[in-house]
Amino acid sequence: MASLVMFPEDERLAGGERVAFNLYMITAAALFVLMMLIGLTMRTAQAKWLNVPPDLFYNLLSMHGAGMVGTMALATTAVMWFFLRKYVRLHLWAFVANYVLFMLGALCIIVSIFVGGYGALWTFLYPLPLDSAGLWTSWSAALFMLGYLLIGVGSLLFYLDAAAAIIKVHGNLGRALGLQWLFGGTIDPNHPKAVVASTMVIIANSLGILAGAVVLVMSLITVFDPQITLNALVAKNLIYWFGHMYINATIYMGVIAVYELLPRYTGKPYPISRPFLWSWAVSTVFVIVVFPHHLLMDFAQPRWLAIVGQVVSWGAGFPVFLVTAYGALANLYRSNIRWTMPSRLLALSMFGWAAGIVPAIMDGTIHVNLVMHNTQWVPGHFHFYLLLGVLAMVLALMFHEIGSRAHAPPNSGADKLGFPMYLAGGLIFVLAFLDAGHLSVPRRMAEHLPAWTFTDKLGSVGAILVVLAMLYFATRITIGLLKTPKPGGVGVGTPDTAG
Amino acid sequence: MILQNAVWAVALCGMGLVALVFIHVIIQAGKPADEAATRKSARTARMLQGWLFAVLLVGFVAGSWATLHRFPIPLQHAALPAKQVVEVVGRQWSWQITPATVQAGSLVEFRVTSDDVNHGFALYAPDGRIVTQTQAMPGYTNKLLHAFREPGTYTVQCLEYCGLGHVPMKTTLEVVAARGE
Ligand SMILES: [Cu+2]
Repeated sequence: MASLVMFPEDERLAGGERVAFNLYMITAAALFVLMMLIGLTMRTAQAKWLNVPPDLFYNLLSMHGAGMVGTMALATTAVMWFFLRKYVRLHLWAFVANYVLFMLGALCIIVSIFVGGYGALWTFLYPLPLDSAGLWTSWSAALFMLGYLLIGVGSLLFYLDAAAAIIKVHGNLGRALGLQWLFGGTIDPNHPKAVVASTMVIIANSLGILAGAVVLVMSLITVFDPQITLNALVAKNLIYWFGHMYINATIYMGVIAVYELLPRYTGKPYPISRPFLWSWAVSTVFVIVVFPHHLLMDFAQPRWLAIVGQVVSWGAGFPVFLVTAYGALANLYRSNIRWTMPSRLLALSMFGWAAGIVPAIMDGTIHVNLVMHNTQWVPGHFHFYLLLGVLAMVLALMFHEIGSRAHAPPNSGADKLGFPMYLAGGLIFVLAFLDAGHLSVPRRMAEHLPAWTFTDKLGSVGAILVVLAMLYFATRITIGLLKTPKPGGVGVGTPDTAG
Repeated sequence: MILQNAVWAVALCGMGLVALVFIHVIIQAGKPADEAATRKSARTARMLQGWLFAVLLVGFVAGSWATLHRFPIPLQHAALPAKQVVEVVGRQWSWQITPATVQAGSLVEFRVTSDDVNHGFALYAPDGRIVTQTQAMPGYTNKLLHAFREPGTYTVQCLEYCGLGHVPMKTTLEVVAARGE
């Protein structure tokens, strides 16, 4: 069961672990600001407040997409590592190797986009990387894919190390998921939620990354020998299998922060339960088979796959509403929680996930897809749960950790201002996207019709607020993480929430 | 009713409902419960969870049936019941649509494919709303069935990013009133 001590001894970061964690989190905070600035640039360009030539726009769009997905994965990997290391023995070298490979991969991607002119987006949808009509070279497409491969290898290394460590303690991955308690038996109350969530991510995302590796290598071969062609539909299936799982995994890694930290702020135990184990077991299956909802408008795809796409998309709402959000709300209810930065962000993250999944489920419906597919409805729903859900989970851990260095959860006047700014900006930003989808504004367009610019302007205003708040958060987190822990160590403070 | 408006209304209600539940719990979070009240609210919470499960399950089954029993995508390997057939080819960065005029009131079969990369074939009504769409993928022909209710000039817009000329990749489709009207 998760600790009720605010800063438990076994979580304390020292030596190399502290350096590695700081590297992950400070890098992520800086990248979030940069990628948000790129996003803001695109929104203001669509609003016609800024003049961005189309070729540069698609470079920026490729950078923003790949950059945000990658940074989200980097940051949530650190969340998973931070908590999982308390329960199983992880090797620091694997965690550091993931960081190094990520940075190398990021470098390839940046050079590919800003030197080579790559602009086939983060989805590298075959055969577009080969067909730039002279806009980018084939070496830049190859470099982009190589960057992905490096990042994927880093993730796999980290997952393999984590899988080995989990198996050492729990025997096998099924037992780590708690499958032995699905139909009966006494659940071990000390079985860590962090282990359950991590196991699910390891299983699903390893499969996704392998699918990604296959299609990346296949695409790389076609770059070097265009005589060899791929089946575009097969390539698309593999790309979305990989892409969907990779970004989905960030939510499941990030939510570990909620399981671990929320009970400390509410002072209320957050025990493991059979519905909890069921929800993670079915989510493991759902996340692996839900990807066909990206291909609902590919009519050549077998009909049963489209049905799987819709039915599983709807089913995926059950664990989120019924167990994760519900459990967090039950933990919050009449708890006398102390509202500080981490606890505010934890509550926000659950709201962002639960509310953001509403438009997501609707878009997973074939009828709806017929009029909403590839409109701004899509960025609307995924920004909802990435910006207000997953990023809030990551920020919660970051703020919690800087609290451990200062011996109290952060709650300055500027924090109290930064939080509502982030929340209001985020809501305006995502609702502007969703409204644009409702008005049939297409996604991924450098220029918009005059009739569409109202939502672009609204979205830009929301984005400005979010960027300002995130800039403040990133500065505060960087300074806080670099602060040397006071002598006496972590763990001495705030025993008042235990109990 | 335009489908987009219905979707928007349902989504706003759903997100609003989630927000109300969160606001309620967050207001209550400031009022600590004693031990007896905690036990009682734990029991209530379990009961509510059961009800929530039942409600979600009913919505899931009813919604799935309502949206899938008449499948919105026509069979791809069968002859389709449309008297009008339109061949559509997308390429970087233009559309080739033959014929470019169809009649309102009866089914049109669009056979959509691509010569090069992936494109998106979306039909915009004169009022600026998407009426239907499909993907244009190289190596495949997607068959889309649609009956236009209103005559007018519809815009075909590419909805799958396909390179620099993605935005200007559009053309028009004339929908005329059915003969004899
Ligand atoms: Cu296009």
